[in-house]
Amino acid sequence: MTDRRTFLRVTSLAGGGLLIGTLIDLDGAGTLWAAEPATGANTPFTPNAFLRITPEGVITIVAKNPETGQGIKTMLPMLIAEELDVEWKSITIEQAPLDEARYGRQFEGGSTATPMNWEPLRRAGAVGRQLMLAAAAQTWKVPVTECTTEPGVVVHSASKRRLTYGALATTAATLPVPDPASVPLKDPKDFRIIGRATPNIDNAKIVRGAPIFAIDVTVPGMLYAIYEKAPVFGAKVTRANIDEVKNAPGVKQVFVLEGGTALNGLMPGVAILADTTWHAQAARRRLRVSWAPHPTASQSSADFATQAESLLDGKPARVLRSEGDVTAAFARAAKVVEARYEYPFLAHATMEPQTCTARFANGQMEIWAPSQTPESGRQLVATTLGLTPASITVNQVRGGGGFGRRLNNDYMVEAAAIAKQAGVPVKLTWSREDDIRHDFYRPAGWHGLRGALDAEGRIIGWSDHFVSFGEGERFAPSAGIQPTEFPALFVPHFSLASSVIPLGVPTGALRAPTSNAIAFVFQSFIDELAQAAGKDPIAIRRQLLQQVQRPESGAMPAGVMDPTRMLGVLDLVAEKSGWGKRTLPKGSGMGVGFHFSHRGYFADVVEVRVSKSGDVQVVKVWAAGDVGSTIINPSGALQQVQGSVLDGLGEALTQEITIEGGRVTQGNFNDFELLRITQAPPVEVHFRTTDFPPTGMGEPALPPVIPALTNAIFAATGKRVRSLPLSRHDLSWA
Amino acid sequence: MVVTFTVNGTPRTADVPADMPLLWVLRDVLDLKGTKFGCGIAQCGACTVHLNGVAARACQLPASAVQGQQVTTIEGLSTDATHPLQLAWQELDVPQCGYCQAGQIMQAADLLTKNPNPTDADIDAAMVGNLCRCATYQRIREGIKRAAVIKRAGAKR
Repeated sequence: MTDRRTFLRVTSLAGGGLLIGTLIDLDGAGTLWAAEPATGANTPFTPNAFLRITPEGVITIVAKNPETGQGIKTMLPMLIAEELDVEWKSITIEQAPLDEARYGRQFEGGSTATPMNWEPLRRAGAVGRQLMLAAAAQTWKVPVTECTTEPGVVVHSASKRRLTYGALATTAATLPVPDPASVPLKDPKDFRIIGRATPNIDNAKIVRGAPIFAIDVTVPGMLYAIYEKAPVFGAKVTRANIDEVKNAPGVKQVFVLEGGTALNGLMPGVAILADTTWHAQAARRRLRVSWAPHPTASQSSADFATQAESLLDGKPARVLRSEGDVTAAFARAAKVVEARYEYPFLAHATMEPQTCTARFANGQMEIWAPSQTPESGRQLVATTLGLTPASITVNQVRGGGGFGRRLNNDYMVEAAAIAKQAGVPVKLTWSREDDIRHDFYRPAGWHGLRGALDAEGRIIGWSDHFVSFGEGERFAPSAGIQPTEFPALFVPHFSLASSVIPLGVPTGALRAPTSNAIAFVFQSFIDELAQAAGKDPIAIRRQLLQQVQRPESGAMPAGVMDPTRMLGVLDLVAEKSGWGKRTLPKGSGMGVGFHFSHRGYFADVVEVRVSKSGDVQVVKVWAAGDVGSTIINPSGALQQVQGSVLDGLGEALTQEITIEGGRVTQGNFNDFELLRITQAPPVEVHFRTTDFPPTGMGEPALPPVIPALTNAIFAATGKRVRSLPLSRHDLSWA
Repeated sequence: MVVTFTVNGTPRTADVPADMPLLWVLRDVLDLKGTKFGCGIAQCGACTVHLNGVAARACQLPASAVQGQQVTTIEGLSTDATHPLQLAWQELDVPQCGYCQAGQIMQAADLLTKNPNPTDADIDAAMVGNLCRCATYQRIREGIKRAAVIKRAGAKR
């Protein structure tokens, strides 16, 4: 939380009032965003900062980040409102357009919004409160120290005078701005908003079906577009029956876009524009495209598996980390355990398929997108279409789910390219099949693991040959691994090495990227070691966490888990789940897993019941988390943890994307199955608060539930699950 | 064909192909965007509406099938967002992304009409066709049970 400089500017609003924005150097690299020009008295009002108070007392707080269901449009304004000291119900919240010069970084990814904004946005609110105090003191001609605030009001107790923030706004806008670094912040015990369960601020619109999603955007004169791309990623159009499709009912334009070769850019394809989505979809059934041969057509999941097995049989191409003397440790081990693990590609399958609206006129591009990375999208559109970034406006629209899918802006550049070519505004809406078959998949992976136990059953050696995708020294996107990933730094003799397979299929981050696969593999293998050592799965984990190998400097490398915090949540989940205290019948079992990711500590216990014929029913999940000192919005936090846990169960139970002939086999929810309500167990969530700044909640609860489930299945049936999904396995028992 | 049917109590007419799914008639022709597109093959329930008072998937109903029928969408579930489910959904903060929730609420409304006091098992059986990618299922169960309580309290008044 150091190395951050915060800058504020206060601007008078036309007609009086106060406007405050922070310009925050979040990367600590000295990059500052330029201050916007001051708004003159006669300039039309433009919302350009976080906080706006009019003399009429209307208090508006701007939510800067993309919202796709993670609750940030509610949570970030809570930070500002708390320190400004206003009633939550009295404020209006506005979604910011994309403008990083004014708002700082605007993106959704890596569970970063909480750690990046926890202090700066509270300071933005606190500056507002200080200016209100100063304005009141000046008005009453009393020392500012005699003034205090109640929500929305400054109070001078001695004279029993009160002025609302609205009444003070015009005066406050004329005062010098205090240094945000020096404004006092509330004592957490005085919080009225932070720590209180606060419902999603768009609920009232959601429950009445208001048109607030990206797919609902309408622009005058707009046509509805679909975009057909090659089933083999990146293949070019050689021929298409465009004239025939043009004659289909309601069709207005049909054309080919040349596209490029970058998997995350504009891909080649055919656009159909019609007067309704249905006419575009119906015309598509008449479309016949010949696609050029493409080398990716030779790739398949079966072939990847064969290559991976062969690589695992050989020597790794690269050593990523080596500690101690692994060879000697295995030579003197009392027991050695070996196992191979694998997991499949996964799609994101946001409920709202990829969709984007774009309008190009007079050299200006305007885009309405549910992007998680709108600035990257703007840059991609600029580069691809030869436009200046300044000529591109991006409006942030609520997205029906993100999960990492909308970190890539392929659908945005498609909509922009189609709109530019067509000369009319277009709304591009992918079919579900487009969405499943043109994703950036969680990469599949394989691990060849060996573990060494000493005579006391301690884990003294660990060796992993990780087979992933990439070329040479480079992993494909989200296909790598951190060399410090647990149990590095906890097992004294440790080796992590890798080999890669070339891949023509796009890959990318899926909620808790890399962790969603690694936790399954490593936490399952730790269970295998526990069984070989004759130890309780939680006992062996406690022991492992206590044998931390601190570097000589004593300081753990950045991004490595703090074993004390992990022990805290492990003990908490053991207590809450009644671990080791219940006797379950055969076919039922409990399993545990923990994982540190995105600065968060989570340990989960799963109770499972497996029928004799092998049907798996998850009975209950207990999740214990440590994300620091404060649960900012307990309602949103519970949603994120429960959602993450169930997301992980869904992945483990049935989800798998397979490649055949360079194309994705699955296409809709009938063959890429999402978790249904009948499969969703109760998830009991407990937080352990610690003296660390609060961190994000969108991801870290997901990874540990998958090994907790597979470990529970082992406890219930004696069958060790070393590959996903579970639907591949015969889990019957007698 | 010219389709004439009742939407949310109001007679509406649309000149559309006979095979155009009701989903797109509602969204693109009648500008009622609360009903959502999720899969197009009746696997997700995001497009759930009521056809003559019974839950139906709008992506599977051709325009020709709604001729002369009564259709209710999320926009017409209540005049002022005070249907017990709409109240319960806000009270318990059910939505995350919110995209599937119109379909969830329409399906749940059908359940409460048939079964004013559903158990968890009744809820699971009725809601199994409605996917929520954010997995708000625990609160959907709680929300339906809370709505049942609100509905009964309203009926007694």
